[in-house]
Amino acid sequence: MSDLVHLTIDGKPIEAPAGTLLIDAVRKYGIEIPAFCYYEGLALQAACRMCLVEVEKMPKLQTACTLPVAEGMVVRTETPVVADARKAMLELVLTNHPLDCPVCDKGGECELQDMTFRYGAGEGRFNETKQHIDEKQWSPVVFFDRPRCILCYRCVRICNEGMGVAALGIANRAVTSEIIPNEADHLNCDECGMCIDVCPVGALTSGPYRYKTRPWEMDHIATICAHCADGCKTTLGVRNNSIIRANNRDHSGLNGDFLCVKGRFAFDYGASQERLQTPLARVDGKLEPISWTRALKTIAAKFGEVRQRGGAFGVIGSNHTTNEENYYLQKFARQGLGTNNIDHHRTGDVITLIDALAGKGGQLATVEDIYNAPAVVVLGCDLSHQHPMLAYQLRANVRHHQAQIYPITPGPVREDNQATRSLRVDKGGEVEALGSLAAELKQAGGVVILYGDPVKGDAVRKLVDFGESLGVPVKYVALVDYSNSRGAIEMGLTPELLPGMTPSNTGGMRIGQMLASTDLDVLWVVGANPLKNRAALAGKPFLVVQDLFRTETAEQADIVLPAGSAYEKNGTVTNVCGQVQMLKKGIGAMGTKTDLDIFALLAKEMKLDLGPATPDALLAEIRTTVKGYDVVLAVLATGGAAMTGVNGPVAIDVPVDAIHSANDTMYTSGSISRYSKALTSLMEYPGELYSGKSK
Amino acid sequence: MLYNKPDPQEVKVLTRRFGLENSASIDTYLATDGYQGFLKAREMTPDDIITEVKTSNLRGRGGAGFPTGMKWGFVPRTSPKPKYIVVNGDESEPGTCKDRLLIENDPHQLLEGMMIAGLAVDAHAGYVYIRGEYRYLIDILDKAIAEAYSRGWLGKNIQGTGFDFDVYTQTGAGAYECGEESALLESLEGKRGVPRIRPPFPAVSGAFQCPTVLNNVETYSAVPSILRDGGAAFASLGTPRNGGTRLFCLSGHINRPGVYELPMGFNLLRMIEEVGGGVWRGKKLKAVIPGGSSCPVLTADECDLAMDYDTLAKAKTMLGSGGVVVMDEDTCMVKAAMRIMRFYAHESCGWCIPCREGTAWLRKLLIRFHDGGGARSDIDLIGDVARNMLGRTFCPLGDAAAMPTISFVEKFRGEFEAHLAGRPCPHEHADHLALV
Amino acid sequence: MTFSPELEAKFDKLMKSYPPGRLRSALVPMLLFGQDELGSITPELIDEIVNRIGVTRLQVQEVLSYYSMLHTKPLGRHHVQVCTNISCLLRGGDKLWDHVCERTGLKNKEVSADGQVSIEEVECIGACSWAPAVQVNYDFHHNVTREELDRLLDGLEKKQ
Repeated sequence: MSDLVHLTIDGKPIEAPAGTLLIDAVRKYGIEIPAFCYYEGLALQAACRMCLVEVEKMPKLQTACTLPVAEGMVVRTETPVVADARKAMLELVLTNHPLDCPVCDKGGECELQDMTFRYGAGEGRFNETKQHIDEKQWSPVVFFDRPRCILCYRCVRICNEGMGVAALGIANRAVTSEIIPNEADHLNCDECGMCIDVCPVGALTSGPYRYKTRPWEMDHIATICAHCADGCKTTLGVRNNSIIRANNRDHSGLNGDFLCVKGRFAFDYGASQERLQTPLARVDGKLEPISWTRALKTIAAKFGEVRQRGGAFGVIGSNHTTNEENYYLQKFARQGLGTNNIDHHRTGDVITLIDALAGKGGQLATVEDIYNAPAVVVLGCDLSHQHPMLAYQLRANVRHHQAQIYPITPGPVREDNQATRSLRVDKGGEVEALGSLAAELKQAGGVVILYGDPVKGDAVRKLVDFGESLGVPVKYVALVDYSNSRGAIEMGLTPELLPGMTPSNTGGMRIGQMLASTDLDVLWVVGANPLKNRAALAGKPFLVVQDLFRTETAEQADIVLPAGSAYEKNGTVTNVCGQVQMLKKGIGAMGTKTDLDIFALLAKEMKLDLGPATPDALLAEIRTTVKGYDVVLAVLATGGAAMTGVNGPVAIDVPVDAIHSANDTMYTSGSISRYSKALTSLMEYPGELYSGKSK
Repeated sequence: MLYNKPDPQEVKVLTRRFGLENSASIDTYLATDGYQGFLKAREMTPDDIITEVKTSNLRGRGGAGFPTGMKWGFVPRTSPKPKYIVVNGDESEPGTCKDRLLIENDPHQLLEGMMIAGLAVDAHAGYVYIRGEYRYLIDILDKAIAEAYSRGWLGKNIQGTGFDFDVYTQTGAGAYECGEESALLESLEGKRGVPRIRPPFPAVSGAFQCPTVLNNVETYSAVPSILRDGGAAFASLGTPRNGGTRLFCLSGHINRPGVYELPMGFNLLRMIEEVGGGVWRGKKLKAVIPGGSSCPVLTADECDLAMDYDTLAKAKTMLGSGGVVVMDEDTCMVKAAMRIMRFYAHESCGWCIPCREGTAWLRKLLIRFHDGGGARSDIDLIGDVARNMLGRTFCPLGDAAAMPTISFVEKFRGEFEAHLAGRPCPHEHADHLALV
Repeated sequence: MTFSPELEAKFDKLMKSYPPGRLRSALVPMLLFGQDELGSITPELIDEIVNRIGVTRLQVQEVLSYYSMLHTKPLGRHHVQVCTNISCLLRGGDKLWDHVCERTGLKNKEVSADGQVSIEEVECIGACSWAPAVQVNYDFHHNVTREELDRLLDGLEKKQ
């Protein structure tokens, strides 16, 4: 494939690897051949006939989307004949199109509009009755308007090939052809909305977005999704300080064109009616609104008093707050409050992996590695549910590189459909079962191993020993749950480790101990809900909670501070693979403050000198002081993902019993999902959606 | 069973057993040199078999006229994959009704042709895809296959030659598009009859993504005699580059419509006058579609020509599938164009924009025009829309719809003008028109 | 669901007709043969096919809506199909069709109230040289005249 062939496009000599499709080969040279049905990475269709070009020695026009480059080929992409063909295709496809652009959600960002503007005829010659079919709603989030559909089949392919769901098909034939959902009149699928995303026209539209705005009235802010740990880039469409939609406008993130149901639709939790907009304080046993000034003064006074008398603090951090916030929080706890009782909900054993790989280097897999590895093993995780983007990359790897896939899980998972072989084992037996694959993995020549929370402690060491024994390049991903679970560990939100996984060598309480302790004077919970499945604290500490909502934990607090969501702040987060990306503030929320601002105000109130507390300043500090986080700022600033280089040894005893994944499904996201109207509407939607089982 | 009387000018090669008692039975077949071509081929190398077929100048009888021997030669015989022999019995081109007779009257000839193809490309299984409407042919063929198995002419170690070959029948269910070879393969694989992107061609990746020889019923049926009597003998029956005979289906305004086996290159006018007994009711000839509805129409003046692939190509039309449709002086050419377009609009698979939308537009436009609702500008528009489809569609169905339309407008423009607004069809009252 | 022994035999044969892992190939024949027995493609038939050859319901839906001979609503016991394509048209196929409509009082693809007769204007059925042609279920009738058509329809009514 790497042999270069030379050809001439529009008089320009170009070269491209043999086997490259013409439509891809020319792009590098600034030539764009228009197409509707061509979609990079999906099966070829040659259906829209927009990419017809002239090729010397070929009597008919050729479709650039199916024609591989060949030595000496002479191609012309913009001739009167080609222009005429494109104009003709547009005239034809518009014959049954309703031309309802003024009321179409897609207006302004519609490929059919753009193409017609560029190549189309100035006037219509179609004088017949247009075929009309009523619009259909297929789910709370997916609507289909057949007359607008140009039958490019992108939706069918993204659902089938990309998602592995195959919920969309084609019915009838000739001009009555139409896209149909898998359950006659509705969809039973992931509701990921990928079909809407890839639709070049307004045929598939998003329920939550419909008729809300014109695209040009929005600001488009690219940030990182607030839900799982995969770290997908999502572009928020913001108008009047509210998020109207989230999509994947520029495909520049490490998720490529992917977004799952949460990334696309569950941006709305921040706009929930239940959102806290003022601090609350316990008055006569009930939480009553108070001012920020009073709340901060009260907390500062209490913290100061407890510190003064050498009382006990407990600090529980978040899986969702930024690296800068986490870094600052641990500094606040350790330097400001003088406590090492700091922890967060641990969802996967990253620490043992880093230690086991000490000195080896380059063995932490990136998202790209999952797409490129000759073989991928998934241990103890329902990947499509818990890490939908990684699962998407894995399917793309099978499609594009024929990767070998081996899910080793207790029950059936979607990856079985792509698997070379699936192994069913009881929880905890994953690594042992891996032994039987040694020969195949060796043969494959390179492996990425993803492991979920059943693999921890010694099992991780055994896993790495196994990987080492293969004698081929092996990379690993320790799967963790949330948008900054990885950053929480690496920024020092555990008693065992300071930032950069430097052992603290100081004892400290873990979450379980804090909740069970009767000795704590203060418990400060930031963006976490440890009392979700627990009746009450064992002791009676002064409980401060920073959160977006009155969670189970907030309900028991003495003071609740309304915090900003991930879409309301700047900063960085580290994804499941250890790749750092920048959050960009999309909106602000009335009455709330970001966690970082809250920390800073409290520090000021307590007259603590913890250094500057802005995202930029803290990132600079992290980059210079935290081991492995000397990432290139330009990469982050331009929206890229920068791989961290946290390295072992990490000479501590990993408390494996503290590691538990929340086992979220595609439609849940810890304590956040219930506040998302979009997700709750889908959970109430009939079908097998919320069964929590892989399909 | 025969549906029309044979004609003395016929040269009966493929139809030599037609009319014999129990012509479909294996006994009749064996008694009349049946399976001799196979036995001869069994003694030959695959290359020699292909050379023999090339020598015969046999060209695909489905419509495209691709040289059969060359097509077989494209199959990578050394591929480790199994190879398949697939028969296109989806006969659906309006004006064509010949494959039906070949299966009905001489199914073993088809089976033998398949087996010889199997020898030529190292294939050991074949599928006969027959359109759903021809259910009775599936029964006939299944019976013939069962006979062949029971008599050792199919299955393992055929007649002790060490050659294994299995044949299965497969029904279509109503789709003209499945006559397109790659759409047929999709249908055979249980899918919608939508063509595949080519290359790869079926020779390399056909049935079940394996190398496949795919030919028309008539093409395979010609093979046994080619092997039995030699390719040169078959070639000599026709004209240079157009070997042998073929089955012409005469229909329309003719005195003796029917299916006749005539040498390639037989003169079209003579075919109409002598074999078909001339235009019916003493009427004058107006036009002929020479090879099924997708071929550009010939005016009466253009019909003095030899019916072979090359001559018709020179006349800017096609020999197609051998469906000769004769139209007399009273025929409304607008109506004919309209009816043909209704067909293509109904049968378009819908995959690509130009065919799906173009046929639908032209159907509406031609119906309106024929009903008297046309404007002068519509005449050019009909041609323009058809030309906008031509050569730009995903598969040949778009061309099949566009080519005749363009020819009708160009050659019979006067009739279109006579239909202009306010003047209903001069030939008869407006049609009722069923839309899809 | 249970089928007649004849249909079961057909299905069994189909299941053995394709290379390993290619059972989906049986889809179109199973739908058509099943329809022949049941009068239409019923949800139960689809379920049965889904189970037997391992296709999805969506795949079945895609396929059955593509082929013009496949129906999810019952046709009449006698499905009268009149070809009006070019060769038949030239010999009065369209007039025959008008006549069938008039005679039965039905429209295209409609079924008589008693379920006995349905009519359809069809595309070329491969009887061009013996036009005009009519197919009743799978039986061909060639060179059909208006009188013969009347006799044919009378016969169908008597068969009831």
